[in-house]
Amino acid sequence: MKERSLFVVGAAGEGIQTIGDVVARCFLSHGYATFATSEFESRIRGGNSSVRIRVTEEPRNAPRETADVLLAVNPTALEHYRPALCEGGLLITSTGPGGPDGDAVRIPFTDLAVEHGGATIYANAVAAGALCAGVGLPFATLEQVLTQAFSKRGEETIRANLAAARAGFDVAAPQLNDRAVSEIPARANRYAFASAHETIPIAAAAAGCRFMAAYPMSPSTGIITAFAQHPELGVFSEQAEDEIAAINMALGASAAGARAMTATSGGGFALMVEGISLAGMIETPVVIVLAQRPGPATGLPTRTAQEDLLFALHAGHGEFPRALLAPSDPQDAIRATIRAFDLADRYQIPVIILTDQFLADSRFSLTALEIPEALPGPCFADPEAIENYERYRFTEDGVSPRLYFGQSGHLVVLDSDEHTERGHITEDLANIRPAMVEKRLEKGRRLRREMAQPRSNRSEDADLVLIGWGSTEGAITEAVERLRAGGRKAGSLHFTEVWPLPDIAFRDDVRYWTIEGNATGQFAGLLESETGIPIEGRIGRYDGLPIDAERILEALE
Amino acid sequence: MSDPKIFRSDVPNQWCPGCPNFGILSALQRALVALDLAPHEVCLVSGIGQAAKLPHYLRASVFNGLHGRAIPAAIGIQVANPKLTTIVTSGDGDLYGEGGNHFLHALRRNPDITVIVHNNQIYALTKGQAAPTTPRGERTRLQFDGVEVDPARMLATAIVHDCTFVARGFAGDIEELTSIIERAIAHRGLSIVEVIQPCITWGRHSLDEYRDLLDPVGEDHEPADRARAIELASRAPERFATGILYELPSRPTFATSYRERVGQGPLAELPPVDRSILSAQIERMNVGS
Repeated sequence: MKERSLFVVGAAGEGIQTIGDVVARCFLSHGYATFATSEFESRIRGGNSSVRIRVTEEPRNAPRETADVLLAVNPTALEHYRPALCEGGLLITSTGPGGPDGDAVRIPFTDLAVEHGGATIYANAVAAGALCAGVGLPFATLEQVLTQAFSKRGEETIRANLAAARAGFDVAAPQLNDRAVSEIPARANRYAFASAHETIPIAAAAAGCRFMAAYPMSPSTGIITAFAQHPELGVFSEQAEDEIAAINMALGASAAGARAMTATSGGGFALMVEGISLAGMIETPVVIVLAQRPGPATGLPTRTAQEDLLFALHAGHGEFPRALLAPSDPQDAIRATIRAFDLADRYQIPVIILTDQFLADSRFSLTALEIPEALPGPCFADPEAIENYERYRFTEDGVSPRLYFGQSGHLVVLDSDEHTERGHITEDLANIRPAMVEKRLEKGRRLRREMAQPRSNRSEDADLVLIGWGSTEGAITEAVERLRAGGRKAGSLHFTEVWPLPDIAFRDDVRYWTIEGNATGQFAGLLESETGIPIEGRIGRYDGLPIDAERILEALE
Repeated sequence: MSDPKIFRSDVPNQWCPGCPNFGILSALQRALVALDLAPHEVCLVSGIGQAAKLPHYLRASVFNGLHGRAIPAAIGIQVANPKLTTIVTSGDGDLYGEGGNHFLHALRRNPDITVIVHNNQIYALTKGQAAPTTPRGERTRLQFDGVEVDPARMLATAIVHDCTFVARGFAGDIEELTSIIERAIAHRGLSIVEVIQPCITWGRHSLDEYRDLLDPVGEDHEPADRARAIELASRAPERFATGILYELPSRPTFATSYRERVGQGPLAELPPVDRSILSAQIERMNVGS
């Protein structure tokens, strides 16, 4: 099967997420790798939004900006997204006014919904039926997916959905004429279909997280919601009054022994900044998911960006170590989450996981989604082995034995002021202060030695190496393949652990280009200042949409 | 009763000599002794300011965090280890000003913690600016022509939200304050104890002048009388009603439903989440199998 790109477009509240999800699941059930990404406006109803589905034989988890098939459920969306349809592509739209396209497949979505399902709400099923007919998916596959999707809603709901879907399928099929495609053959391949924000909560629970406090903010809200939806994960979750409360609650819980986290986006992270500094000072572990969106200020609340790397790196007054992880896909997010809790605990530091709206709202196809067998546990000291406990005792590696409040008869004293080894306020500038600064920074030096190298994709023999971090890996990998196919010796280095940066062996016979979702080349600048590597070119996208291979290739021209 | 000496700290004290904060410290120590608590069973949580240094001067576990953020930290501590006696002890600028939002939402959550508000009606550590409690018209080192905004009456706010224990004590009456704090700690749910603690450096009135402004609620006060309690609390800052202004039977505390699921122990002692639960979550994401 040749690759297919389908756009389902409409207004918020018109059910395009549902249509997109059903059709994506049809392809997955049929044995094809499917990638689905959503973009929408910051509103509850109306506006223009899309679900973009990319179907391939091998997983290709990267966006495409053009559609082979465009299903528009209203005329405004049709007008807005019409330019994305490829030459000769298939347009499926309603019979309402405003559609000039003579060759479009016309589906009276709501009329068919009422006639066959009994209510307008079945218009989504009509649309899914029409779309399946248009792309060559057999109706049986759709029947199976809908039956499964509505299995808990009762027989009547299933019947109505199937009748409506059948009507859409049957009304679309005869209109295809010479554009009819042969039925796509079913395959036995099976994929996991998930977004990174769906896997992070599971990984957090696996890592022993027991406490989550957050203030709702797009695109981070799905993480706390998952804990509330799945109490069996055992994570206490609280909607805080603001992000300041959220991180301070998490730090309190952490000091009292619970692995704790919070999640937010740029504006909320700004409110957490003093708390991050507190975590650094009281040496108390905390994991923060920073789901990036375009700023400054409120920016574009529902769009994507990689604009907060340097902000996350520098957030918090004073000098203290931290780790920044930037997972690239849902499986990598599992790895990063477990690692974040482990690093936070072992080094007693704040660890920030940088995601973005693209990772939050895009579902990837993965051949395997797994939680590793070996999960690192908490690192509390043995109170029995300690005679006189001092929370900030000086040690060679800077890491002091950690006990939690009430763990034993030992008193645990944490202080945001500069403190003695026992944890009490001090202004001993000659002895304690410099030693405490060194103690905290030594942890960062040791942390640096265990940070992961970037993942190499054919960079060994390359003379052009694309450097990226976080969510752009799929697009960069695709760009490298297309460059190679065109005879270019291209490769890539992808960073999923972005701070502290390990020692990296850069070559001087290679041209390095960075690709990132911001205008100023934040990671490029960081790499240059930290490693001295000369970056020949910086490619950035900052219109609020995710980077795709096409953009990268155009920019390289 | 535990040995009074076990709560004595050897950390050098930074308060002004003669500060009424010493009275609060003494009352708190006596209350902990009366409740037969051991130092490791107590976690003191504070923000920033002179009052917020109290945890260093009493042997217990300590979370001396950020200005205004003691309450959320204490809530996190209490959820993670409910076996601890968690006590917030900080100033009125910290808890009513910088942390006013957290104070308000703590009233909604009803965590099982005690909040002791040292109310000196002034910002002392920053050298004499108005606090949220400073009376209108009072001249300060920043409000030179007198404060032009009205003071916050947070105890009345607490009563309006049916906080189940709202009291006010006086740092100059250690005996009564001890008894109030003891009852506040023993009370299940959020207990608020405001303590009138005249600042001997930046304040404009002596301890004795404050003594004349006190209205003890008296034996005939009915602590469940909401309207009367609001009236008493609303006299501030002209007069200060002292004693237990408002008390109701405990209502469900924060995180009750979670605790019913996982038990009452420290979260750190819970076993890891069952592998089968994680697998079921992952399995949900496998399509078509």
